[in-house]
Amino acid sequence: MKRYSVFAVAREALRYHQGWGRAWRSPEPKKKYEAIIIGAGGHGLATAYYLGKNHGLKNVAILEKGWLGGGNTGRNTTIIRSNYLQDASAAIYEKARSLYETMSQDLNYNVMFSPRGVMMLAQTQHEIRGYKRTAHANALQGVSTEFITPDRVKSLVPIINIDGPRYPVLGALWQPRGGTARHDAVAWGYARACSEMGMDVIQQCEVTGIRRQNGQVQGVETSKGSIDCEKLGIVVAGHTGVLADMAGFRMPIESVALQALVSEPIKPCMDVVVMANTVHGYMSQSDKGEMVIGGGADGFNNYTQRGSFHHVEETVRALIETFPIISRLKMLRWWGGIVDMTGDRSPILSTTPVKNIFINCGWGTGGFKAIPGSGWAMAELMAKGHSSLTEEFGLNRFKEGKFIDESVAAGVAH
Amino acid sequence: MSKRLGVGGQFIDRSKPIKFQFNGRRFSGFKGDTLASALLANDQVLIGRSFKYHRPRGIVSSGSEEPNALMNLGENETFEPNQRATTTELFEGLTAFSQNHWPSLNFDIGVINNYLSRFLPAGFYYKMFIHPRPFWKYIYEPFIRQSAGLGKAPSVKDTSDYEHFYAFYDLVIIGGGISGLNAALTAAESGLKILIMEQNSEWGGRCLVDFPFINEEPGLKYISRILSELRKYKNVTMRSRMMGAGVYDHGYLLGYERLNDHLSTNEGPRHRLWRIRAKQIITATGAIERPLSFPGNDIPGIMLASAVRDYATNFGVAVGDKVAIFTNNDDAYRTAITLHEIGVTVPVIIDARSSGGGELAHHAKELGIRVENGKAISKVFGQKRVKAVTICDYEKSDANKEKIECDSIAMSGGWSPVVHLFSHCGGKLKWDEDLAMFRPDKAAKPTSSDGLPFVTAVGSANGFLLMNEVLIDTLDGSRTAIRAAGGKINNKKTKEFLDKNEKAPEAIWISPKDANIKKRSKTWLDFQNDVKVSDVELAAREGFESVEHAKRYTTLGMATDQGKLSNINGLAILSSTLGKEIPRVGTTTFRPPYTPISLGSIGGSARNELFQPIRKTPIHEWHEKKGAYMEPVGQWRRPFCYPKEGETHQKAVEREINQTRSSLGLLDASTLGKLLVTGPDAGKFLDMLYTNMMSTLKVGKCRYGLMCSENGFLIDDGVVARIDEQTWLCHTTSGGADRIHSHMEEWLQTEWWDWKVYVANLTEQFAQIGVVGPNARKLLEKIGGLDVSKDALGFMEWKEGKLGKYDARIFRISFSGELSFEVAVPAGQGMAFWKELIELGEEFGVMPYGTEALHVMRAEKGFIMIGDETDGTVIPQDLNLTWAISKKKEDFLGKRAQERAHMVDPNRWKLVGLETLDGSVLPDGAYSTAQGFNSNGQRSTQGRITSSYYSPTLKRGIAMGLILNGPSREGEIIEFPKIDGTIIPAKITSPVFYDPDGEKQNV
Repeated sequence: MKRYSVFAVAREALRYHQGWGRAWRSPEPKKKYEAIIIGAGGHGLATAYYLGKNHGLKNVAILEKGWLGGGNTGRNTTIIRSNYLQDASAAIYEKARSLYETMSQDLNYNVMFSPRGVMMLAQTQHEIRGYKRTAHANALQGVSTEFITPDRVKSLVPIINIDGPRYPVLGALWQPRGGTARHDAVAWGYARACSEMGMDVIQQCEVTGIRRQNGQVQGVETSKGSIDCEKLGIVVAGHTGVLADMAGFRMPIESVALQALVSEPIKPCMDVVVMANTVHGYMSQSDKGEMVIGGGADGFNNYTQRGSFHHVEETVRALIETFPIISRLKMLRWWGGIVDMTGDRSPILSTTPVKNIFINCGWGTGGFKAIPGSGWAMAELMAKGHSSLTEEFGLNRFKEGKFIDESVAAGVAH
Repeated sequence: MSKRLGVGGQFIDRSKPIKFQFNGRRFSGFKGDTLASALLANDQVLIGRSFKYHRPRGIVSSGSEEPNALMNLGENETFEPNQRATTTELFEGLTAFSQNHWPSLNFDIGVINNYLSRFLPAGFYYKMFIHPRPFWKYIYEPFIRQSAGLGKAPSVKDTSDYEHFYAFYDLVIIGGGISGLNAALTAAESGLKILIMEQNSEWGGRCLVDFPFINEEPGLKYISRILSELRKYKNVTMRSRMMGAGVYDHGYLLGYERLNDHLSTNEGPRHRLWRIRAKQIITATGAIERPLSFPGNDIPGIMLASAVRDYATNFGVAVGDKVAIFTNNDDAYRTAITLHEIGVTVPVIIDARSSGGGELAHHAKELGIRVENGKAISKVFGQKRVKAVTICDYEKSDANKEKIECDSIAMSGGWSPVVHLFSHCGGKLKWDEDLAMFRPDKAAKPTSSDGLPFVTAVGSANGFLLMNEVLIDTLDGSRTAIRAAGGKINNKKTKEFLDKNEKAPEAIWISPKDANIKKRSKTWLDFQNDVKVSDVELAAREGFESVEHAKRYTTLGMATDQGKLSNINGLAILSSTLGKEIPRVGTTTFRPPYTPISLGSIGGSARNELFQPIRKTPIHEWHEKKGAYMEPVGQWRRPFCYPKEGETHQKAVEREINQTRSSLGLLDASTLGKLLVTGPDAGKFLDMLYTNMMSTLKVGKCRYGLMCSENGFLIDDGVVARIDEQTWLCHTTSGGADRIHSHMEEWLQTEWWDWKVYVANLTEQFAQIGVVGPNARKLLEKIGGLDVSKDALGFMEWKEGKLGKYDARIFRISFSGELSFEVAVPAGQGMAFWKELIELGEEFGVMPYGTEALHVMRAEKGFIMIGDETDGTVIPQDLNLTWAISKKKEDFLGKRAQERAHMVDPNRWKLVGLETLDGSVLPDGAYSTAQGFNSNGQRSTQGRITSSYYSPTLKRGIAMGLILNGPSREGEIIEFPKIDGTIIPAKITSPVFYDPDGEKQNV
């Protein structure tokens, strides 16, 4: 596979770019793999990538029923941050954030990680206290955050209205090395790197059954035939319940629609990511110039990738109050994804009742930022049977009541 | 040049000139013009720059599909970027500026990207800018951001108003062309309530331009006749300038009405968003013409053939002196004929079909227009304006080449039905090979909650392009929808329309057919985002085979027109490159909105003070008048403290506490949640909701109760008073009133729906005032009425009756540790009561106090606060509240959860008090470190501070915290690092700092 660089692009330009090959191969499935990952979204691809890179496990297939990166990886608002409150969360999200720092170089694919800074506004006394607590926790977790004043907020985001009227900005939790990345590129970059390692990324391959014997996985049935495997990773977000059902166990997951939208592109006017949890909205400006907007998840379960209007209404309304200049901008695209929510809104990275089936799900509304960390940890779990990063995220926690609840710090939004 | 003609222009009123400005220059147009037609009338052909390469751009279309003619419109508070000139109606004083160029439209530095375009193919940025790492943030990204974007960001707040309408119709028809209007006419006598909407200001659609006569009746007259007929029906609502923006589940539909965009004034609502429930929806949204893909097809002066005749017929504008026509179908001949009739030269009609066209082509030839069959354009001369074209054989680019002079090209690649609204909610499409279009699949319409179809496409939107077919399909489709909506069907038949004999179009996706890579790199698909044929081919070559991948990789169809012009052409290139059939590649998902709608309209009227209106207690005004510093608490504003002039908040809080503890304080506690729970099963219900037993509470008594979630975590607390045999009044936290009300309703409606219980939220019905301090009883006695003596009203009892002239309910409860009464009076009496308390309390030095004093006093007393000591992860047992958990009850919400392994773990973080060694205040939210690091390299912790204050009573800092095995470690000293790393040691104490035996409150 060709290495990407400005020189390669210049060289190819001479023949009108007719010399570029496929970014990833499109093979037919083999009879058997050491490991199969179901789901070629960011998390699934990252899992495969680190299985190969960190654990030398390269006889791997990643099966995707649609097109790779077509689920929540390609539907989110691309925010990356790790200013989480609970230790277990901060550990995995900060691992992810730090891997994002060098991802473009590691994958030789420009994922445009832009550490432009993420701020979470404090608009009530309660939020001030919550974020100060988070800042304290982050200091001990090795996550660099600080609580900043309203004036500092205004200087970082000149278009913000800090005077209310409803909720004045009282401060913000600021993570200067948080930011955004190009979501599709993350999936594409990992797919290309996996393919280069000899792994098979197989699209349009729907898993229809999971074969087991004596409580142990044997392989999967797919729309492209039967495939054997020694280990199986299920990394399918919103459809986790469906796959778990095929493997004969149930998951504490609810699937709901989460929506996002972008405005028409305008010249740069906002350099950081702002999250306003009291009013339920967050916004950043993409490199294209679109204002990227997200809010809360729908209040009912569904699989349709279509959301209801009223949530978008609330989100937009909240952001107009926060950023009054946006009201004459126009909404260009508006879409939904199906997010997998757990009871404590934290993910599940776990072994399962079936031996050698591992599961990675429950990222809910905030999975994009975790992709590399999640893949890193899941790969370790699959290869070694345990990982310090996944330890607290096991399925058992629901039975034991050992929840990892971020609601105090994360509010509704991710 | 493009210019206004002396003839034609059915939309404009030549007696009403309108002045406007473009790029600072003054121009004139007529009433009825769009900004686009007025610009063309003034020979303004270059009107913008493209997104990526900054290439010169001209107007392409005459409608909402326009990708190029985007303007910065208006100034200051009415400024709006990216407004389409083609749908902007001209008004007096309009100012427009073109976009995405520097320093000027004519001379744009950004055009350097164009010269580098060979090095900047689709997705180039994924392959470069990788090294060195810091360059992305500081150099590459800022540069890319600056050259991207289109219009400018608004600089000031928008002052326009927006509003929402909620509407309910049996039948909604979207589109007011011949199809939509006929559908409305068919339905008018069905007995249904009908809404028909048209996105433009004029009704009639293409009929007005393309059909001079509908069965001997002039097109314009035909439309006016239907309109006046429809206006007679009271059950038919008609709205122009209103677009169907989106179709959602269960017949939900958004209509976007533009009310004053076409006026000079900013009065009244600007946009109105209609939120409609429709039983049935008919989409009569017509079709959009496709461009043709040939080298240089993006140069200004090249337009859709239909747009060229729109400008001529509707606005009396000739888009050029010599207009060449390039087509693959018969329809474009209409443009040639129209232009010929108004005296514009048509040097050649280039028809890619070797066998040429039908009746219209014959007519054009009769008029003496040169027609070249089996030909194509292989080159366009000119940069900012077309100068000439080279034509050649369609099959062979080097055969029969000829240069022909022209200053415009009208192109037509056939028509695509507008299927967006049909598809928004799951309607499926099928590919029609003969007409080369995706059209709605009758068998796969969107379905509603009953599983039956609720959207029907009719006419051109359904893939019918000949008038007779359109009329028949409209009648047929309308009847289907009317029947489904429960309306009566009539048996009227349509009059047969004799269409011109048309020859089938021939799909040509690239022209000339053998165009080499050099030509394909100059053949545009997406004019705004600069996506060329070679880009889509590159995507396919690199494995971006899914249509969604190709879209995202090339940005095809992601411009502000959302691919209305480019998608099908791009899709065809992708499928031919992959060697797959078009239907196997499929389309990208159609999502709302059909065209972009203002964010303001989505927000509606709930902005400024109407955005989450501030809730005010009956005493709110008094607090404001006294200069209270208010803090947001939920949707309320509460006094944080009442600072005197020159006094800091800290000092004010201390003063309020000292005076309350030593004599008398008053608290406006009206925000406290008050939920009345009543009914034969109310006791049973409350026993399930609270951890304590509420059914055994005696009438006249109060009990402090805890509420947990199913997961066992503490979610709210408050005092419950039993009012009568089957009625309890549950006090909740101020922030929790609505949440707990919903919580109760959820359980009652979903789980215990057969229990006889009603819940009413009475929070705003009462003003509630805390009368607190050693002199509290004296003050109430001074008002007179109810006996509030210790014996008559004991601790944790309540009583109601007259207190002075007020209807009062007095609860003897205390959240401060002092002798304290909470007095509730009807909201209307609240202010008078408060004022009287202030007046009569003067002799005791009565002191109103705010939330901060409330918090400090409760902390001095060791009382927990929901949201401080709890955060959704804390169970009552952690807070030493085991006494409030009934052991007798078989079940309550959270009971089972609290028995789980982790919950009964003896090693949990539990509530204690904390004191610094030097009396200073501990930092709120700090964690206490333990030895070493955890397995992820994070510093180990053993607890945290949940509340921390300076106590004026004890004259030192006090704190509450959750510490590992805390209560058994009293006296131990542990460490709290600040964020900067400084360590603060603190001693573990009892959380009750003040009056541990409760002597003060029990007097």
